[in-house]
Amino acid sequence: MDLSLGTLIGQAGTFLVLVLVTMKYVWPPLTEAMEQRRQKIAEGLAQSDKAEKRLEKAEAEAEQIIRDARARSGEIIDQASKRGNEIVEQAKQEAIAERDRQVSAAEADIKLAVNQARETLRERMAELTIAGAERVIEQELDADRHRKLLDKLAAEL
Amino acid sequence: MRFGVAAAGSSPTEYVSHHLEHLTIGEGLWTFHVDTLFFSIVLGAGMVFVFWLAARRATAENPGKFQNFVEMLVDFIDNSVRESFHGPRQFVAPLAMTIFVWVLLWNVMDLVPVDYLPLLANAVFGLEYLRVVPSADVNAPFALSLSVLALIIIYSVKGKGIGGYGKELLFHPFGSNVFLWPANIVLNVVELIAKPVSLAMRLFGNLYAAELIFILIAMLPWWLQFIPGGAWAIFHILVVPLQAFIFMTLTIVYLSLAYEEH
Repeated sequence: MDLSLGTLIGQAGTFLVLVLVTMKYVWPPLTEAMEQRRQKIAEGLAQSDKAEKRLEKAEAEAEQIIRDARARSGEIIDQASKRGNEIVEQAKQEAIAERDRQVSAAEADIKLAVNQARETLRERMAELTIAGAERVIEQELDADRHRKLLDKLAAEL
Repeated sequence: MRFGVAAAGSSPTEYVSHHLEHLTIGEGLWTFHVDTLFFSIVLGAGMVFVFWLAARRATAENPGKFQNFVEMLVDFIDNSVRESFHGPRQFVAPLAMTIFVWVLLWNVMDLVPVDYLPLLANAVFGLEYLRVVPSADVNAPFALSLSVLALIIIYSVKGKGIGGYGKELLFHPFGSNVFLWPANIVLNVVELIAKPVSLAMRLFGNLYAAELIFILIAMLPWWLQFIPGGAWAIFHILVVPLQAFIFMTLTIVYLSLAYEEH
């Protein structure tokens, strides 16, 4: 064992320098980086938790919206079919009214034509009757004098 | 077949004692063991440089393999310190890291075949003697453990105040009676001195013995050396980190004992 004060002091000095350098330039950056990473990981995990919750909420919201839309669309379809029925019903009513109107117009025309025909017929009848009667009575009857009587007769036919 | 720096044909005793001789400058107490100083400074500077490289580019986002490796070490040491030292760690943790890695590197030098570096130094620089294992030079472990002793005293004062530490030296363990003061202080001083001595001698003893055994193995015939040499080297792989770890752990424990009230 050869003790040497010089070596002892030299070694202790070297040790001091090494410790100080390690303490100043090695330890802090490394531990800082490690701490930062730890925090980042913790933050990331918290963020992903939050995101998951938000996703759940959004999904629930979307489901709600879809349900609402479905209900609304059903309502609209109901309304539309009701409205359609109404329109058809109305058109039917109008068609019936139109038909009735046309039928009655035609009936009126027919009645008019029948009346005219009857009138014409009556006139023709009166003339024929008169002509027949003239022929039968042979001039004895005054046409002007009996016209009134014959007209009355014709109206009764 | 030996190529010791000692002249070929020298006796085994000469070979061994030649290997245990330091490369020195100076006389008496002010002798400098140049080999010990050189290797420990080179190893220490290399260690700090490598760590600095890792620390300089340390990022939180994308640590490389190298940074991961150094961080693993930092984490391991920080945990070791946290377990036993409950004060502020910004000095104690880097201290522990320096001690652990530096001593580890000292001890690793023991795995370099015993004749390689002395032969090289002799051939290139003409150096007569060279011992490459700083921890097998009693001065290196003692320099470390005496620094630790200084830190023990500093941390005792820091943790308890000058008055508190003085009281502990005088009153413990027997009591605060004035007549017990001498006994108390003698016991406490012995306890205080025992710490660096045991710390240094444990490391020095292990590595010195290991070096000696490697030297003895080197004297066997060359075709036989690999059997005991290999076995001893494998066993030594266990001793190398273990002694470094023990030195670091005991330093932390001593400092925590010094810092805390008890």
